[in-house]
Amino acid sequence: MKVELDINRERHTVDVEPRLSLLDCLRDKLLLTGAHAGCEHGVCGACTVLVDGAAVRSCLMFAVQADGVAITTIEGLSPGPGELSPLQDAFCETHGMQCGYCTPAMILAAHALLSKNTSPTREEIVDAISGNICRCTGYAQIVEAIALAAERIRGQNDPVRP
Amino acid sequence: MKPAAFEYSRPADIDEACALLAADDGARVIAGGQTLGPLMAMRLARPSRLIDIARIPGLAFVRDEGKEIVVGATTRQHVVENDPLVRAKLPLLAKVMPFVGHTATRARGTVGGSLVNGDPAAEIVLVAVTLGAILVWRDGGESQSIAASDFFLGPMVTALPLTACLAEARFPVWPEPRVGVGFHEINARQSDFAFVSAAAQIALDADGCCTRAAIGIGAATAVPLRLDAVADALKGQRFDEARVRELAKAALAGIEAMADLHASAEYRKRVAVTMAVRAIADAYQDAARRP
Amino acid sequence: MTVSGKFRFISSDRRVREDRRFVVGKGNFAADIVPQGVKHVALVTCPHPAARIVSIDKTAALAMPGVRYVLEGAELAGATNVLATGLDTPNVPRYPLALNVARYAGEWVAAVVADSRALAEDAAEAVVIEYEPLPFVLDADEAYAGGTLVHEAHASNVLLDRTFTWGEVEKDFSASPHKLKHRVKWGRSSTVPIETFGVTASWDPWREILDIWASIQMPKYPDQTAMALKIPMSSVRVHYDVDVGGSYGVKRGIKHTVLVGYLSRRLGVPVRLIEDRLENMRGGDMHGPERNFDVEVAFDDQGIIRSMKMRALDNVGAYAGRSPFQLGKPVGAIVGPYKIKSVQYQAIAVVTNKTVQEAVRAFGQSPTNYAIERTIDEVAIRLGLDRIEIRRRNMIRHEEFPYLIPSGSTYDSGDYHTVIDKVLAQAGYGDLIAERDRLRAAGTLAGIGIAACLEPSGGNSSFEPLLNPKVGTTTWMDSCRISIDLVGSITATMHTTSAGQGHETLVGTVVGEVLEVDPDKVRVVRADSLNSLPSNSPVGSRMAIMLGGAAFHAAKALKDKLTAIAAHDLGVPAERIAYKDGNAFDTAAPDRKRTWAELVTIAHRHIHKLPAGMEPGLSVSHIMPVPMGGGLPTADGRVQMYPCYSFEFHLMLVAIDPDLGKPEIKRYVIGHDCGTVINPKIVRGMTMGGIAHGIGAALYEEFAYNDDGLLVAQNFMDYLLPSAHEVPPVEIVHHETPSPLTVFGQKGSGESGYLGAPAAIASAVNDAVRPLGIVVNSLPIKVARLGDMIAAARDKLR
Ligand SMILES: Cc1cc2nc3c(=O)[nH]c(=O)nc-3n(C[C@@H](O)[C@H](O)[C@H](O)COP(=O)(O)OP(=O)(O)OC[C@H]3O[C@@H](n4cnc5c(N)ncnc54)[C@H](O)[C@@H]3O)c2cc1C
Ligand code: FES
Ligand code: FES
Repeated sequence: MKVELDINRERHTVDVEPRLSLLDCLRDKLLLTGAHAGCEHGVCGACTVLVDGAAVRSCLMFAVQADGVAITTIEGLSPGPGELSPLQDAFCETHGMQCGYCTPAMILAAHALLSKNTSPTREEIVDAISGNICRCTGYAQIVEAIALAAERIRGQNDPVRP
Repeated sequence: MKPAAFEYSRPADIDEACALLAADDGARVIAGGQTLGPLMAMRLARPSRLIDIARIPGLAFVRDEGKEIVVGATTRQHVVENDPLVRAKLPLLAKVMPFVGHTATRARGTVGGSLVNGDPAAEIVLVAVTLGAILVWRDGGESQSIAASDFFLGPMVTALPLTACLAEARFPVWPEPRVGVGFHEINARQSDFAFVSAAAQIALDADGCCTRAAIGIGAATAVPLRLDAVADALKGQRFDEARVRELAKAALAGIEAMADLHASAEYRKRVAVTMAVRAIADAYQDAARRP
Repeated sequence: MTVSGKFRFISSDRRVREDRRFVVGKGNFAADIVPQGVKHVALVTCPHPAARIVSIDKTAALAMPGVRYVLEGAELAGATNVLATGLDTPNVPRYPLALNVARYAGEWVAAVVADSRALAEDAAEAVVIEYEPLPFVLDADEAYAGGTLVHEAHASNVLLDRTFTWGEVEKDFSASPHKLKHRVKWGRSSTVPIETFGVTASWDPWREILDIWASIQMPKYPDQTAMALKIPMSSVRVHYDVDVGGSYGVKRGIKHTVLVGYLSRRLGVPVRLIEDRLENMRGGDMHGPERNFDVEVAFDDQGIIRSMKMRALDNVGAYAGRSPFQLGKPVGAIVGPYKIKSVQYQAIAVVTNKTVQEAVRAFGQSPTNYAIERTIDEVAIRLGLDRIEIRRRNMIRHEEFPYLIPSGSTYDSGDYHTVIDKVLAQAGYGDLIAERDRLRAAGTLAGIGIAACLEPSGGNSSFEPLLNPKVGTTTWMDSCRISIDLVGSITATMHTTSAGQGHETLVGTVVGEVLEVDPDKVRVVRADSLNSLPSNSPVGSRMAIMLGGAAFHAAKALKDKLTAIAAHDLGVPAERIAYKDGNAFDTAAPDRKRTWAELVTIAHRHIHKLPAGMEPGLSVSHIMPVPMGGGLPTADGRVQMYPCYSFEFHLMLVAIDPDLGKPEIKRYVIGHDCGTVINPKIVRGMTMGGIAHGIGAALYEEFAYNDDGLLVAQNFMDYLLPSAHEVPPVEIVHHETPSPLTVFGQKGSGESGYLGAPAAIASAVNDAVRPLGIVVNSLPIKVARLGDMIAAARDKLR
């Protein structure tokens, strides 16, 4: 089936089998490999992308279901080559990762939170990333990264890009 | 972990969805995909055709019909979670929504999907049973209504005909001024499916005595249980923990609790009492806060 | 640059250079690498815990679209050498695909190769295999007793059964007024990285090279691959620049690699196997230790423990692998931080019809620490002593280091008492007890958890010759090559993969420190296995010591060379030259100097200005053995295991709702001493991650089997990894006792947190339930199980 996708504000037409998950479509067809497979059954969150600004699991969507919505992947978050978004930079500042496998998804989940709420409490941050499993960090430096980014964004008074 | 191959259709309306179901025994509806997706990935479900109802116009809504709040089947869970009407008139549903999976699963998962899936641990299923919601499906161009308590037949088994499509759930609104709700669940990790859950909705008179109560237990048995005997006995009563515990114990004494990897039947049976008492206590307190 | 001196970059709170690529999704993970024309493998797995494979019918599968090949065990075993195992157990052979008999549910029986992974899975379902189910055994005690045999040819289920006696155990026992004996169990869990194991192999028959991209963390990977495939090691090129999505020990997909390596050679196309989560959990052979400990201690009225007898029975699963060695490594810290004078240690590894084990974070030390710490707690309770006081009394004191323990390892350094003091101060120990008692008074079960544990670091091979005398490997190496090119930029090369430990940052920091240049200006790259120096990969908490050490020595040699060039060119003795910020000057006449650019130019172009006989160019390799390594065990099994010993002291408060049995960590303070910290962000992350993993092992994670021998916790709905909700804030108190054995005084921290968290949680839960008269002696302590125990105890008390 042909499906037209809006990914990181660019249109792509791809020919897919209905059974192809959005995750595999992004990775295999569009070479956007920042979304990762961790479990492929909806639990770990490593495949998180934004659909119309909300964090969703791309392993639980089929590519054929993804037309007509705006998809944002981690590749769409950095402002330009070599540049980092405030969240990405905050993750580097606190070292909110180790192996980096859960990281793009974690950042997107955090992005979805901060685009609605730039003053999240610790509980709100924890809840927003509780569907994303990180095996490396124990989460402390991730939570700090998100809090730091929120603080900087508030300082900037600059709304986060959707 | 790739699903078996299938065809994909996106019907224009619910009757076309039913027709597609009728035309192919192997066809299945997909709404949010948060349950069907994992099952298909593990090939525990292998539909020949997926009928995607998520974009059917007019199936996603929250509507105030006075005595009832009606929720369209494809309404996403996060929409219900944040809906002011639900908060105001269906406090019990509003209360449980944050417990339904994670932010990311609620962004896709639907209310109808949760109901049709019929997991006895599902919070939305528990609320539907506890409040006595009416579920409405379409089948062969006709609508049919059924009480939630008759809809759920066993774990993941419902009365929905194979060719039918759930259209909406009608949740009764309690008109009393002082209505309070309570919900408790226990699981290993905070966002997992519950081992046992309890929901309570209670209306109080000006003296703090119960005028009406609805109490339900989820996840302990094959389908959620309504503790009507407890609810009846609470009428005219202020909260008395010891008495409530006795009532709940008596009501749950004969249940056939489920056992699995995570919790024994004894655990479920015993903790169901605790959960019920706590939910009822919270509901009293919540109601008492209201003017 | 002495140990006590101030560092310029070491210990400073610098960013981790690897992070930049990960935050933008530009990591280079195994699944991201897709050679042209690659084919995909899916596996057919055995549905029985034990079964004879009667027949395999591939016809239907081969007729399906896109299917290239179906491989079965007989063909693979015929064409390859048996996989290497650590112990000398020739009658327990292991192949990537089961040969004639499958020995656990989920074991790989056949492999399908197809144009896509989905097509391969379709065809895998169509491979028809007839099985004849066989009797099976799951329980370690039963397996040890005999009866059902997992490997008939081995004539027993025992792979290893050695008893070591170090010191006068019986004498110390009979001289002690008190004895205590109990059994504690460590349940089957593992590290379960979010990335499964993945490998792509591509055979080039014209160049005769097998290229391998894998998410690997394994010593001896290229050589074992080559040996199994019967090709020279110089024909195997493992690409170490693949980012590994977490490992913590288990990413050792040797069977996966031999399988795809063979298939690529057989089919002449690149072949890849990216495990899915089911393949990973059931048949990826990455489960961790499952151990029953019987511990007996002899002690006096003061609580001084004189002697210990420990029997550790480990259920290693159906095949040997390296896992039995996990009983060997703890020999190096068998007495923990305590002065126990004599020890008897019986190490038993048995095979059962469960999934195969792999190395797990700390290589068996965390279970052993748990057993020791549970025992110390029980001794304190028996004597009515404070659980911290008893530890203080038994602990090695700062002034007693270096300290030789009965099993032959010398602990390098430590200051345990000070770390404890710091933690108690941070926690406000008195207040913590008051808070526990307040919770108790309010009807909650509350307990304080304590654990004092060691992290042996600097990973060495001594457990190999200890448990298998046929292995003469007495030490392991690590290496670094540093080159300064002809325009003066610095490139350091490391020789293994990483899985989030920040090794590029480590090397950059060390090289920057030594050469006095901005670490960010030091390029760090990874060789592939055909142009690499020896490395034994990031196991055994060794890289800060070993890679850091190798980088130090290589950089130091370059610095010396630059100094020698300057001295020669300035015509002064080398002792008069001072090196500063990359330039060299004559200390007697400071304006006589040679700049970095000048020195580089001499080395690369003005060769005539080099000292006579000096090698031109600026490139140095350093290969470093493990400090204190290289010794063979004595006849009674004494050997220096790892060189450096980090210390951690955990203190926590846990509350348990008595009606539910759900433990909640209210406060968590850890004191941590890993010597000189090279990068604070990295060390903190390791510790926090280790604690989270320990919380999982203690409370949530278990590869549970049902009575039919099937793994029931085989996906992420049932195998419960802690989420952000389950990991509380943790306060870390640092202390630095430098190691005298390492270049900056650093020790390892790659396993920190995990070494003591399970012990501390078990301690807290037991403190909480003790008033009910019950003891919880097996991990994980699952909510409902604990709830049921509490309920039974309360019923009894009523
Ligand atoms: C990690 C994770 C955690 C979760 N935790 C919870 C939890 O704590 N509590 C909880 O309740 N749920 C939980 N869920 C499941 C929940 O997210 C699902 O949304 C819900 O169970 C199904 O809704 P859906 O819209 O996704 O349905 P789908 O997956 O699309 O469909 C589910 C089933 O219902 C059928 N169906 C759906 N809609 C209709 C319709 N209108 N008419 C006829 N048939 C229909 C489908 O054919 C299918 O059989 C979790 C899911 C995940 C992945
Ligand atoms: S890969 Fe999608 S949730 Fe794990
Ligand atoms: S950084 Fe490795 S899983 Fe999160």
